[in-house]
Amino acid sequence: MTAPVLILGATSDMGRAIAQRFAAQGYPIQLAARQVSRLERDKADLAIRYGVPVSVHEFDVLAVETHAAFIQQLPMQPAIVICVVGFMPAQKVCEQDCSLALDVMRTNYEGPAVILSLFANLFEQRGFGTLVGISSVAGERGRASNYFYGSGKAGFTAFLSGLRQRLAKSGVQVLTVLPGYVNTRMTEGMKLPPLLTAEPKEVANAIFAAIEKKKDVIYVRPIWRWIMLLIRWIPEPLFKRLSL
Amino acid sequence: MSSPMAPRGSLKTLCGWGRYPVQTCHVYCPRSESEMIQLLKRGLPLIARGNGRAYGDSALNREATLQMRHFNRLLGFNPQTGQLIAEAGVLLAEILEIFVPRGWFPLVTPGTKFVTVGGMIAADVHGKNHHKEGSFVRSLDWLDLLTSEGQIYRCSPSENRDLFYWTVGGMGLTGVILRAAFRLRPIETAWIRQTIRIAKNLDEVIDLFEAAQDVTYSVAWIDCLASGSRLGRSVVMLGEHATREELPTKYRQRPLRTPQRRKISIPLDFPNGALNALTVGTFNQLYFLNSQRKAGQSFVDWDTFFYPLDSLLGWNRIYGRRGFVQFQCVLPLSTAREGLSALLHCTSAAGAGSFLAVLKKLGDQQGYFSFPMAGYTLALDFPMSQRTLKVLDQLEEITLQYGGRFYLAKDSHLTPLRLRQSDCRVETFVKVRNAQQWTVNFASEQSKRLRL
Ligand SMILES: Cc1cc2nc3c(=O)[nH]c(=O)nc-3n(C[C@H](O)[C@H](O)[C@H](O)COP(=O)(O)OP(=O)(O)OC[C@H]3O[C@@H](n4cnc5c(N)ncnc54)[C@H](O)[C@@H]3O)c2cc1C
Repeated sequence: MTAPVLILGATSDMGRAIAQRFAAQGYPIQLAARQVSRLERDKADLAIRYGVPVSVHEFDVLAVETHAAFIQQLPMQPAIVICVVGFMPAQKVCEQDCSLALDVMRTNYEGPAVILSLFANLFEQRGFGTLVGISSVAGERGRASNYFYGSGKAGFTAFLSGLRQRLAKSGVQVLTVLPGYVNTRMTEGMKLPPLLTAEPKEVANAIFAAIEKKKDVIYVRPIWRWIMLLIRWIPEPLFKRLSL
Repeated sequence: MSSPMAPRGSLKTLCGWGRYPVQTCHVYCPRSESEMIQLLKRGLPLIARGNGRAYGDSALNREATLQMRHFNRLLGFNPQTGQLIAEAGVLLAEILEIFVPRGWFPLVTPGTKFVTVGGMIAADVHGKNHHKEGSFVRSLDWLDLLTSEGQIYRCSPSENRDLFYWTVGGMGLTGVILRAAFRLRPIETAWIRQTIRIAKNLDEVIDLFEAAQDVTYSVAWIDCLASGSRLGRSVVMLGEHATREELPTKYRQRPLRTPQRRKISIPLDFPNGALNALTVGTFNQLYFLNSQRKAGQSFVDWDTFFYPLDSLLGWNRIYGRRGFVQFQCVLPLSTAREGLSALLHCTSAAGAGSFLAVLKKLGDQQGYFSFPMAGYTLALDFPMSQRTLKVLDQLEEITLQYGGRFYLAKDSHLTPLRLRQSDCRVETFVKVRNAQQWTVNFASEQSKRLRL
C-alpha cells in the first residue's frame, strides 16, 4: 500500500478538496486540524466514496512546541505532507489588535515553517517524500490592504524556497503553491474577478499534477504569474501611491 | 480566532430552474451547524436552498437564502440494508456515480439527477414508480431537522412523527434538513429493460397505464399540439431493472457499467420566442416519428432512461431570457380522463406549444403535505409570456374544477386562494406553522406569495 498523504489544515475548503483528489487516486489520507471532531464527517465521507483508509489527528499550528510530538504519534509516516493552513482576518482589525496581527503572522509563517522543518529532517534522512506549502501571491509584494497576511506568506515562500535548495540533492520535493484568489470561506462575500478566481478543486488538481511532474513553484491559474510579474516591477515611489 | 462566526452573506441574483421569477437575495453558505444557528438567531426568516432545481420561487428568500452546498458528505452506508446516511447538500448525481457501479439505485428518483437530498425530501419527490412504490418518504428512515431557535430533532415515522410528515413535502418551511438516512435498492445491472408503446389518443394512454399497474416504471410523453381525435397521442415508456440473465451478452460481462453519455451544454440564451408553435410542433412531430420507429423492447442505460434531459446541461436557456413556467397538477382517478382531456384541449387550443408534456400515474398520498395522491399527474412547460399567464389561469381553474391539486416545486404563479381551494391541507399546515413559530424562522418567496 502507498504511504498516506497528510493534510494540515484539513477543515478548510482547500484541504477538503485536496483530500478528495488524493483519495480518489487511492492514497490513504491523514487529516489534521485544530478541532479534530470536525473532521469526523470528512473521514466518513472519504472512506465511503473512495474506500481508502482515513485517520484524523489533532494539530494546532500555533502550538509549535507540540509539533514534534504530533509527528511522533502519527500511526504511519506520510509520503506527502500538504500544509494548507492560513488565516486572513480583516487587515483593518489587525492594525488595531496586536495579538490578532501576531496570530496572523504566526499562523501563516512560523507554525507552517516549524512543522515542515521537522518533516524535512525526517524525509531527508529516508531520502524521499514531498512537502507542499500553500503560500499566496499576496506574499510577492506587500500591499496596504493585507500586509500582515502578505508578510506572513512572504516569509513562508522564502522559507520553502530555501528548504527546496537544501533538499535538492536528497530526493525530497518541495512544492510552493501560489493559488491567487480561491473561492473559499476566507474570501466569501468578497467581489472576486471570475477570471482570476479558482475553485478549491482546481487547486487540488494543480497540486496533484505538480507533484507528478516534480515541479517547484506553481501558480494555480497561470495568468497570475504575469500579473505578479507586473506588480513586482512597479517602482516603489509609484507603487506607494497606487491603491492596489 | 476559533469563535464560530456567522457566515458573511453576499447579494446574488437567484432564480429557480424556470428562471422566473428572478430575485436578488442575501445568500449565505454556512459550513457548520453552529453557523446556521447563528443565522437563525438573528430572527430573520430564511429558506434552505439545494441545487435550485425547483422551477419557481420555493428556494428563494430575499432576506436570507441558505445555500446548502457545503453540507455534502456521505456519512454512512450499510451494504446489508442499502441504507445511506448523507448530508442534505449531497447531489443525487454523486450518489448515482458512486453507488450504481456498486449495484445500488435510489428507491425513488425525480426526472433529473441534479437535485440534493434535502431538495428531494422537502418536495417529497415522486418518480416513474410512484403508482407502485410511492414517493421519496417511502425510502426515508429518518432525517435530522434544524428548527426554530436552533434545536435539532431526529424525525422518523416513529420519532417526532408529526414533524417528520410535515417536513417531507414541506418545501423547507418546517426547518433546515441537515442529514438523512434513506435506502437504496440493490440492482443486478445498470440497465433498464424498456418497452415503448404508442398511444393514439388520451383514452389509449390511460388504458395503457391501467394495464401496466405492475410495471415498475411508467411514463408518457404527450404531443400536446395534437388535437381532435388525436388529442393526447403519446409515447408510453415502461421499464424494469434488467436482470443479468436478461441482458444481451455484450453487456453481461460488466453489467453495472454503462457507456458514458456525452454531455452538451447550451452555451447561450435562445432568443425569446425561438420556441413557438412552429418549432415545437416540428420537434414534437420528429420525436413522435422517431419513437414510433423504436416501439418495442430494448435495453437502455439508467442515465438515458431516468434522466433524458440531463445530458443537455443548462437546457432551461432554450426558453430565452424571459424563462419559462411549468404547470404540474394531479387529478384524482375518478375525474382524470375528463379532466386531462380538458387540460389538453385548453393547451392545444391556446397553441401555446408546450415542449414537454409528461403524464404519470400516481399512487396514494403519504406525507401530510406531499403533492402526490392517487390519480394522474400532468406536467407542462411554457415559455414565459403574457399569454402564458392567461393559459395558466385557465389550467388552474380546470384543475380546481376536477378536484386536482398543484405541485409547489413547479409553481411560480398560484394565488393563495387557488391553493386553498385546491387543497384542504393548506389551512392545517399554516396553523401548525404558526403554532410552532416556524413562520418566524422559515419563509420563501413562494410561501410569502401563497401566505403559507
Ligand atoms: C428537469 C427536472 C425534472 C424534474 N422531475 C421531477 C420529477 O420527476 N418528480 C418530482 O417530484 N420532481 C421533479 N422535479 C422537481 C425537483 O425534483 C424538485 O424541485 C427538487 O426539490 C429540487 O431539488 P433541489 O435540491 O434543486 O432543491 P431546490 O430547488 O434548491 O429547493 C426546492 C425546495 O426544497 C427546499 N430545500 C432544499 N434543501 C433543503 C434543506 N436542506 N432543508 C430544507 N429544505 C430544503 C427548498 O427550501 C425548496 O422549498 C424536476 C425538476 C427538474 C428541473
